Amino acid sequence: MNPRPLIAVVDYGAGNLVSIDQALTTVGADVRVARDAAAFRGVDAVIVPGVGAAAPAMARLDNRGLTEPIRAWLRANRPFLGICLGLQLLFEGSDEDGATTLGVLLGRTRRLEDAPTLPHIGWNQVERTREHPLFEGIDDGADFYFVHSYVGTPAGPGTDRVELARTTHGRAFTSAIEQGSLLGVQFHPERSGPDGLRLLHNFVELVRAA
Amino acid sequence: MLRRRVIPCLDVADGRVVKGTRFVDLVDEGDPPELAERYAREGADELVFLDITAAPERRGTLLEIVERTARRAFIPLTVGGGVRTVTEMRDVLRAGADKVSLNTAAVADPALIARCADRFGRQAVVVAIDALATGPGAWEVVVKGGRERTGADAVAWAQRAVELGAGELLVTSIDRDGTGSGFDTDLLRAISSTVEVPVIASGGAAGPADFVAAVRDGGADAVLAASIFHRQIHAIADVKAAMAAAGLPVRLMPQAVA
Repeated sequence: MNPRPLIAVVDYGAGNLVSIDQALTTVGADVRVARDAAAFRGVDAVIVPGVGAAAPAMARLDNRGLTEPIRAWLRANRPFLGICLGLQLLFEGSDEDGATTLGVLLGRTRRLEDAPTLPHIGWNQVERTREHPLFEGIDDGADFYFVHSYVGTPAGPGTDRVELARTTHGRAFTSAIEQGSLLGVQFHPERSGPDGLRLLHNFVELVRAA
Repeated sequence: MLRRRVIPCLDVADGRVVKGTRFVDLVDEGDPPELAERYAREGADELVFLDITAAPERRGTLLEIVERTARRAFIPLTVGGGVRTVTEMRDVLRAGADKVSLNTAAVADPALIARCADRFGRQAVVVAIDALATGPGAWEVVVKGGRERTGADAVAWAQRAVELGAGELLVTSIDRDGTGSGFDTDLLRAISSTVEVPVIASGGAAGPADFVAAVRDGGADAVLAASIFHRQIHAIADVKAAMAAAGLPVRLMPQAVA
């Protein structure tokens, strides 16, 4: 067993990669920044981070030839973590700009409804709807850092099985999801202090055990 | 429920944290990443670096300390001061910042806000507004660290900046800044009641009660301060305890686990 799993962090020009690189390194993983399909070779897990809108993100993934390799990775049910935009892209499409996204999960990315402020920026409580090793050692209702106006929203049969946690800003929304080896969080663990590092540590442990 | 944020601001010149009065008599107060890490440990919800290095050829130093900070403090970092183009903003984000704050450059060229928001998303674009009181319920936008008046109405500029793509507003009362006479809650309320985006209060903090007033009376979503934290007049924990006692939602640091 590899003591330090190798994790591909997808770089498609959508935000700060320094924090995610440092956070993963701190919790015991080696990071490979992935800018093309070849970078997935030999890695143990894939992380898609990112902030911003879906359409330009999908266009940049297409341009770099990354869309199909990500789909194939997910089809094979290999360890995956989507962060913020990286979570939203897993759904069928986005109401923000009408983009068609990866469609691995049923549902759409929708605007936060009845939010007192938008974007939803700051620390908010992540309340679990069921237990999962991703949140091992983290208090239920712990604060994580959010920066978004839209949210990936599961739909259809099996919604309850996909959702891991909810958060309230105006209305409650899904803030963490799981489907097999596919995990996603709407917040930014790499910017969420000790609890965020713990969550990434848990992800690395899951990768190790896979 | 979304927590109200407490944000220490560090003035940075030539790669060091400095403190002075109106950018003169600068005193070296230490290494930015080291101070950033200390604030994160003490419960800061975010950090702001205000780069007061005037010389553009020294920007490399800033990028280097942004990266070192992002690698030590796992909380969000906003960098302000001197960003004038999409390319400069890209460089700062690539170095590890989460947001960039635009001030004088956005007033001179408001379309800069839209260009940056289109490229990086509005959540990465903070527009900083320095406001000077000109009469009851009236504030004028000033630039260049408060030295130059623009004639523009601060509330109207706030609305325009949000329409153009600002994801957050950092509102500083120039009258109160550095005086310790409390935040201008009328100014904060005038702006927070007309925009949907979060408003960060700045300028005038003397003690914990001022933070409570900025949120409760001014409608601020977050409160920024510099000298009261640097000089260790008040600890972040004390400010948050006062906010919690006033019934405001704040993030308290998890207890140390053995």
